[in-house]
Amino acid sequence: MFVYADNAATTPVSDAVFNAMLPWLHDRYGNPSAIYSVGREAKAAVEDARVKVASLIGARPEEIVFTAGGSESDNYALKGTAYAGRKKGRHIISTKIEHHAMLHTLEWLEKQGFEVTLLDVDSDGLVSPDDVKRAVSDNTILISVMAANNEIGTIEPIAEIGEIAAAHKIPFHTDAVQAYGHIPLNVREMNLSTLSLSAHKLRGPKGIGALYIKNGTHIDTFLHGGGQERGRRGGTENVAGIVGLGEAAYQCSLHMAEDAKRVTALRDRLIAGILPIPYSRLTGHPTRRLPGNASFCIEGIEGEAIVLTLDSLGVMASSGSACSSGSLDPSHVLMAIGLPHVVAHGSVRLSLGPQNTDAEVDYLISAVHKTAEDLRAKSPVWENNAPMWAKFE
Amino acid sequence: MYSEKVLDHFTHPRNVGEIADADGVGTVGNPRCGDIMRFYIKVEDGRISDITFKTFGCGAAVATSSMATELIRGKTLDEALQLTNKTVIEALEGLPPQKIHCSVLAEEALRAALVDYYTKHNLPLPKELETTASCDVCCRNEPRCDK
Ligand SMILES: Cc1ncc(COP(=O)(O)O)c(C=O)c1O
Repeated sequence: MFVYADNAATTPVSDAVFNAMLPWLHDRYGNPSAIYSVGREAKAAVEDARVKVASLIGARPEEIVFTAGGSESDNYALKGTAYAGRKKGRHIISTKIEHHAMLHTLEWLEKQGFEVTLLDVDSDGLVSPDDVKRAVSDNTILISVMAANNEIGTIEPIAEIGEIAAAHKIPFHTDAVQAYGHIPLNVREMNLSTLSLSAHKLRGPKGIGALYIKNGTHIDTFLHGGGQERGRRGGTENVAGIVGLGEAAYQCSLHMAEDAKRVTALRDRLIAGILPIPYSRLTGHPTRRLPGNASFCIEGIEGEAIVLTLDSLGVMASSGSACSSGSLDPSHVLMAIGLPHVVAHGSVRLSLGPQNTDAEVDYLISAVHKTAEDLRAKSPVWENNAPMWAKFE
Repeated sequence: MYSEKVLDHFTHPRNVGEIADADGVGTVGNPRCGDIMRFYIKVEDGRISDITFKTFGCGAAVATSSMATELIRGKTLDEALQLTNKTVIEALEGLPPQKIHCSVLAEEALRAALVDYYTKHNLPLPKELETTASCDVCCRNEPRCDK
């Protein structure tokens, strides 16, 4: 059996999205900036997509700027807001569990003279709104907290943090790449100034995303060029990609609630099926988590080896272990929730989508059990059904 | 990414297991780093008549263990002393740069098993084994982790 269970990494393009995109890759090639008919129809398609992307989060169409994906949106939001605010202050608040598109941009901003506070999270991966409040100073020009974490699925208290940001009149950004199209988000209720999203996490194509920018937000242009996107982002529009993102957002507006319910049920069954493995644990919050995210640590075996063994059984999954990331430490997220190295090494993430089935979940459960047994049989630390870490320290 | 050879040795590792009456056992690596290898050897008439391993670690850790045991099985002790991580890498048709340390670990696991053999049997240690490297190949971010 083949089971794709890495929907947090990327998702299969849906038939609806594929069919919506096709004409714009071939027959309908006009440049949206051109004033003749072929250009006007492309422009209309882009504007139609903008309405669909905006309406899913309660934004106005003119508040949506199309980008080349989540990473660009994060770069734009952080650099644009920081530079627009640098006369007021230099302090930025974010968290230790952000995606690298955020963390590496923040590191770069530090080199440019900005000061960055990265907040801790608790053992479930939750950011505390009180910590945000305490970190705010007169010098703070931006608060940015991800809507939901890509590795462990924890959903952050964005509305509460938004209230704090609003009370202090500080711009508030969220990286909603994992959340958009999966859980309800409302930019007004959450007091957001900017929000990053990416099409390929909601069954749209790769390399296209958007940044919501609330009307009136001070933000510097990130990609200078022609006057596209009302001067905010130069470059001839990726029309097919934009149409694909629009269709993906539209499909979510029709099916999100029902899909979330079904996927959550699949996820909970998957979690219940895997946790009986001795010395295994769930990572992330038990209930405040993305519908599709089931992430674990299984002691005594190593994450990359888990991924490769699952691959040999036809299962596509991922891991935040050190070896799978090519670094010496397990992922910064697993470290931030306080897992010991020996536990974090056994990380595996299965992420489901609406296209996954009950039969696939059954197969995933048996594949993970088999993987744990096989690798533990080869592992020198596994003796008498327990990991003997102490013997090796 | 991994070569077909590496994937083959990961998915179908040769010589996995323990030898109950091993003549030498060597364990290297540490839990914090995420890879631990243990090699078991049986020596008969100056030859490594049997060799097995158990490994906790990534794909490359398992594949290098498997390949190292394949290369050593049946070799004389003198030949075994000449095994380097380079030979293991070549036999695996290459390793990604960040996985080279796994092959070093395999070389060290073999050397540790040989040291154990010579020591247990009160034999003089060959000069090749006098300088046993520390296990900190995997922990370059730590000063030294030779526990
Ligand atoms: C939370 C989060 N932010 C940002 C990104 C980057 O998005 P993209 O791959 O579209 O650049 C991802 C996806 O990998 C993500 O999960």
